[in-house]
Amino acid sequence: MRSDVAAYELSAPPTLQALLTQIASERGRHALIAGGTELMVALNTGRLGSRSLISIQHLRELRFVRVSESVVEIGAGTTFTDIRRNETIAKELPLLVQAASWTGSIANQNRATIGGNICNASPAADTPPPLLAYDAAVTLLSVRGERTIPYSGFHLGYKRMQLEPDEILYCVSVPRSYAGWQQYIRKVGTRNAQAISKTALACVALVQQQRIEEIRIGAASLADRPLRCAGVEDALRRRSLAPEEIEATVRTGRAALIREAKPIDDIRSTAIYRSVVAANLLEEFLSQLAS
Amino acid sequence: MPERDDIVGTSPLRKEGRAKVLGQAKYIDDLSLPGMWHGATVRSSIARGRIGAIHFAPEVDWSQFAIVRANDIPGENTIVHLTKDHLCLAADMVNHPEEPILLLAHQEKAALLAGVAGVRIEYDELPGVFTIEESEAAVANNDVDRIVWEGSEYGGTANCFKQYVLYSGEAKETEDGLAAAFEAADYIVEGEYHTGAQEQLYIEPNGVVAECEKDEKGNVVSVCVRGSMQCPYYLVHALTLVFGLPEEKCRAIQTETGGAFGGKEDFPSVIGTHAALLAMKCGHPVKMIYDRAEDMAATTKRHPSRTRHRTAVSKDGKLLACEIDIALDGGAYATLSPVVLSRATIHAPGPYKWRYVRVRAKAMATNLPPHGAFRGFGAPQSLFALERHMDKVARVVAISPEELRRRNFLATGDRTATGQLLTEPVDMRHLLARALEESDYYAKLARFAQENRGSAIKRGLGIAAFMHGSGFTGSGERRLNSVVAVELLADGRPQILVSSTEFGQGTNTILCQVAAQTLRIPYEQVVIAQPDTALVPDSGPTVASRTAMVIGKLVERASAQLLEKLRIESGLPEDHTPEQFTQAALAYLNAHGELRCSVRYEPVRPVEWNDELFHGDAYPAYAWAVYVAEVAVDLNTYSASLTRFDAMQEVGKIMHPVLARGQIEGGVAQGIGYALYEKCVWKDGRMMNNQMTNYIMPTSADLPEIHVYFEEVPSVHGPCGAKGIGELPMDGPAPAILNAIENATGLGFDSIPLLPEDIFEKAHSFTDPAHGGSEDLDPEKLGEFLPEVNA
Amino acid sequence: MRASLQMTVNGEQRRVDVPPIKRLLDVLREDLDLTGTKEGCGEGECGACAVLMDGELVNSCLIPALQANGARLCTIEGVSTEGRLHPIQQCFLENGGAQCGICTPGMILATHHLLEKHPKPTLEQIQEGLAGNLCRCTGYMRIFEAVRKAAEAQNAV
Repeated sequence: MRSDVAAYELSAPPTLQALLTQIASERGRHALIAGGTELMVALNTGRLGSRSLISIQHLRELRFVRVSESVVEIGAGTTFTDIRRNETIAKELPLLVQAASWTGSIANQNRATIGGNICNASPAADTPPPLLAYDAAVTLLSVRGERTIPYSGFHLGYKRMQLEPDEILYCVSVPRSYAGWQQYIRKVGTRNAQAISKTALACVALVQQQRIEEIRIGAASLADRPLRCAGVEDALRRRSLAPEEIEATVRTGRAALIREAKPIDDIRSTAIYRSVVAANLLEEFLSQLAS
Repeated sequence: MPERDDIVGTSPLRKEGRAKVLGQAKYIDDLSLPGMWHGATVRSSIARGRIGAIHFAPEVDWSQFAIVRANDIPGENTIVHLTKDHLCLAADMVNHPEEPILLLAHQEKAALLAGVAGVRIEYDELPGVFTIEESEAAVANNDVDRIVWEGSEYGGTANCFKQYVLYSGEAKETEDGLAAAFEAADYIVEGEYHTGAQEQLYIEPNGVVAECEKDEKGNVVSVCVRGSMQCPYYLVHALTLVFGLPEEKCRAIQTETGGAFGGKEDFPSVIGTHAALLAMKCGHPVKMIYDRAEDMAATTKRHPSRTRHRTAVSKDGKLLACEIDIALDGGAYATLSPVVLSRATIHAPGPYKWRYVRVRAKAMATNLPPHGAFRGFGAPQSLFALERHMDKVARVVAISPEELRRRNFLATGDRTATGQLLTEPVDMRHLLARALEESDYYAKLARFAQENRGSAIKRGLGIAAFMHGSGFTGSGERRLNSVVAVELLADGRPQILVSSTEFGQGTNTILCQVAAQTLRIPYEQVVIAQPDTALVPDSGPTVASRTAMVIGKLVERASAQLLEKLRIESGLPEDHTPEQFTQAALAYLNAHGELRCSVRYEPVRPVEWNDELFHGDAYPAYAWAVYVAEVAVDLNTYSASLTRFDAMQEVGKIMHPVLARGQIEGGVAQGIGYALYEKCVWKDGRMMNNQMTNYIMPTSADLPEIHVYFEEVPSVHGPCGAKGIGELPMDGPAPAILNAIENATGLGFDSIPLLPEDIFEKAHSFTDPAHGGSEDLDPEKLGEFLPEVNA
Repeated sequence: MRASLQMTVNGEQRRVDVPPIKRLLDVLREDLDLTGTKEGCGEGECGACAVLMDGELVNSCLIPALQANGARLCTIEGVSTEGRLHPIQQCFLENGGAQCGICTPGMILATHHLLEKHPKPTLEQIQEGLAGNLCRCTGYMRIFEAVRKAAEAQNAV
């Protein structure tokens, strides 16, 4: 334990409004802590930068799953276990449930939140790939009001995101438009459970008459941020999955992914391994589409 | 009348098990002493260099701290092993990252953070060596700047802690025999094999609480250290040197220990002396607990190795001769390297008959934290090399891996490479046959060969055949001269007094079983004392798979003596009931005050061993095994995983079936980690992945079903015929797994840990025709990996 | 900065006065004298610190005390009743589920949590349920056996 806990401030504003007011008036002074599965590790290792924290884990206003006709809204304070247990998400957004199930351990899933996972902004994070593939939107909230932007534009660089100092991530919304789409997600980690991604790929595609009408791909650990593989999508859109053309389509997809991906060598894996494996996962998906 | 002959061989409840499942077992961090302070270590941030000025940050109130430096050490500044090159605290030089330089103690644990951060040390950095090859190159090139270890008064040469040569016969004769054998051989097969460091990763990190008593003049008169440890008397010995005190004034008490595996064999001498020095300085008890990051970065690991094989084999698959060259990376100080090297040397030729053997072995110095004991202790390294090499030999001779082994196994009446006559029965062919049967080996080989075509998942099987010597090498047990006692408690219950420690492997339980059976009383009636050196005699360290066999035998003898005493002096009848035993015990105590029966080690059979020539009876007994690994390699992700594991072994009498299974399963799990998951990432001698997030140990989701089979050939050396079992399971998994991967994919790997990135690299290097060698390329398999190549 | 917190621990109301970010693990071990919960890694990887908080399995090394305010906690000390072993504890004891014992408290709580959610768990569910609890000694086989036996024992009641 490498931090002096007496040197830290941690408070819990009673309401969402109180929280927003506080972070507006004390811009940039506080770090927000939800489930703590990231920040408490930083505290344990002596690497927690901020001395003042605000707990948001208790705010009921952030922990919800709201289903309307066209959209599923998931509050930022929703835990991974909440996601796994929600029937609608299980039915409509299976990739998100899968991703939640292989994040950490059950004990960590009980605490980790989707908002925390997004805002910690690790390129290896588990929920961003399916959210990118599902074309999610994020709603950001402050005393000034709320704004909703496509999630694909949220991450600006390594651990930089479109979040003003007085804003919080309020909810993630995913369109309920994937009935009839093919879905795929696979994570390659250091082991079968409790593993950080070496790479992960989430894909959804609408196939009509052996042709890819629409395709969306989200990836982990292939860039300095969660990656929406727009280049690969462009290359694959309208391509044929027919038996005599599938090989060419696969080759095109692989090449596009290897071009678009910019992974690194790090303590867990190598750049070239990540690229090639990601391409293999894409090929696996495309083969599934063809069959 | 309840039969008393059935305690050894049954599975009574673990002696301290109830406390463990209740969460009541007290590990060192659960204990506090009144007025206790906390300690921390200031460590080197460089790999090698001279220590210059040490600055203490002015913002810190240093008056509240106790500070210990090398010149505060009242006795010798040494952590004694076999040599005295290892300092307790660095004085002028540092030779590895994380080397301890200064110790701090404070009343508040949190204050130590600012304390450690507030010490700034200047260094005059010197070049270091970080691999076996760099260390060798420094010697070969006479690069004086990179001679990082000069030798000590106990031997060794520049950069080399120790060297051995093992000849199967007389040296000149064997050299001539080797030359002739290689000359005449139908095939000569060469190979080089590498194993990486491995972290013991006991879930409870190292920790101690130390106390120091001083006289009116302020001189230390006694020290007492409690903590997580395997060998209390090793710590006592270390304390006697550091404090210049006699043994009776140095006390070590083992607290409940949360895993050890060798990682708490010699290391407690370091943390224990440190805490004691701080207790001396501050005048209070001092607790020192390492957090995980510190434990991983600063304490011992398994020795990395490089083994080269050169084998002469006949065309009908008879092993004729072998030249084996072993090199271990010992880290910065000699510590236990000579002993690890010795076991690696003796196990290198494996369970086979060789006409001529030469093993040359050396332990090199590098600027890494000293490597140390880890279950297997050199044998996993050399057996990995051997068993991978055997598959290669088989391929060259064009016979199956199992057939090659079958044709060359040692059998009863044969002599090992050290010339030891195998008098106790050994039947490796039978173990092999059974292992192949239980694992459904042939059917699966055929099925996988079929199914692998057209699947991205390649499945395969591999075997490893090996043995592990129980107890200390040669005359080691004689030198240890272990003493064991059994005494009567005031209530008439017998209490076992040993310094052998429990750390999960079942010491408490099996020794109580032996005593209970010998005394013919219920298991529940027997007590075992906490290993407190003020109370228990020195029964030697809890290492080397010696506890069941050697200490068990001594407990049996001591118990028999006690029983005899009660029969003769207290009229205990033959065929006594437990109540009669208690009565006789109480009667004896009434009459004589106390009863304590002490026995000293005696070899069951005379041991002839020549340390210098590696000749004679290396170990009193061996456990023998054949393991079968079944793997699946996913060529989309290049990751290999175990789908099944079969572990077949002959270990003498199984004292406790549940504990025995647990030992094998746990050891196999560690072996799987050694092979496929546990990589130490080094940078300039420092472990970079010193967190559980980044040092990958298998979880419950990563391990296959492990099937365990035992055969029992009783040995005269152990109680009821028991032999050692603890380290055996570490030796087999890694080579069996890599053999299986080669069977599955056609890709041969000779280095562990084998990660998906390594499999990927080799799979893709097939595009380079110069790679691999003639026995590796298989055009059929090539096409499956790289469809682009054929397109 | 200190916070006055209340929590129900093993059925008992407890009050502590601690820095609000102090780890729940340390509050249990130091302020409440419940040393059954262990620290193995401080990173939420090993599960030795696992407890039940409001019925859910959590790693107490990752929970700031403030967030446990008002919570209902169950530690290993709360699993047995008046010295009588819970069936899970009995099964761990009888089946070699504990070797060195350091992972055992967390493992037992994880098992407790698993069996509440899945009274008749498949091997896969057991593996998943316990994947957050690292054991270096057993290779997990005896633990799985203990869990299976505990499930039988609980279902038999």
